[in-house]
Amino acid sequence: MADEEKKEGTTTNEAPAAAAPAAPAAPSAPASRPYGRGPGGPGGRRPGGPGGRPGGRGEGGPRKFFRRKKVCKFCVEKIDSINYKDVRLLGQFVAERGKIVPRRLTGVCTPHQRRLTAAIKQARNIALLPFAARY
Amino acid sequence: MPQQQRAYEVMYIVRPDLPEEETDRVISTVESNATTAGITVKNVERMGKRRLAYKVRKFQDGLYVLLTVEGPGSALAELERRLRVTEPVIKYISVRIDEEQKRLAKVKKIRDSKVRQRPQTAETAAGNEPAPATA
Repeated sequence: MADEEKKEGTTTNEAPAAAAPAAPAAPSAPASRPYGRGPGGPGGRRPGGPGGRPGGRGEGGPRKFFRRKKVCKFCVEKIDSINYKDVRLLGQFVAERGKIVPRRLTGVCTPHQRRLTAAIKQARNIALLPFAARY
Repeated sequence: MPQQQRAYEVMYIVRPDLPEEETDRVISTVESNATTAGITVKNVERMGKRRLAYKVRKFQDGLYVLLTVEGPGSALAELERRLRVTEPVIKYISVRIDEEQKRLAKVKKIRDSKVRQRPQTAETAAGNEPAPATA
């Protein structure tokens, strides 16, 4: 890739007419790039995302650590009511700056996250939780 | 059209710098306001002094009071208006709770029925097990 860039530089320096042969060479370089990195790049990343594709792990990507499977706290502990008054419970799902922590980080299931967000917003309105923490 | 009786929770914050008897008076006036508006007060709970998550009218803490009430929505609107007018009340929130209670009762019922079913299935399984052994 670097060689081709040099080539382009040299050709343009030598003559403008040489730009014509350089132009077809340029598209071939980006085309070869996704082919070269494609299977390695996304293939290596994707198994990390869902956290458990056996095929992806077999490829032997750079990430080999085992990701613990996240589970919904409310489903596991059978917490039925997510109430705005329960600051301690809600506080676990609020980041330092007062933001609601996304599901992908906490592992809370969709129906519970929906209730949780509603409860957190109610708690914010009555000054039990901050809208934005002071910095 | 007859107005539906609905269950609500009204949480409000009284300013913290009032003397004891003054806060008592505020809480009782809010309660009488509710009854004159056409709301039946089920329970009044003082949640005590708490630090606010953010400043409200230049106050850093506040006295939280929780009202559990029942009444039509129009009466609640009237109560909210009076809370807004009441000077020592610095913040309030009203939340409808009857639907949530209904949902919780439903969940509880389902869970109870499951608990009841489980011992039954265990018994039948135990009853079935010795049968092939004897045959």
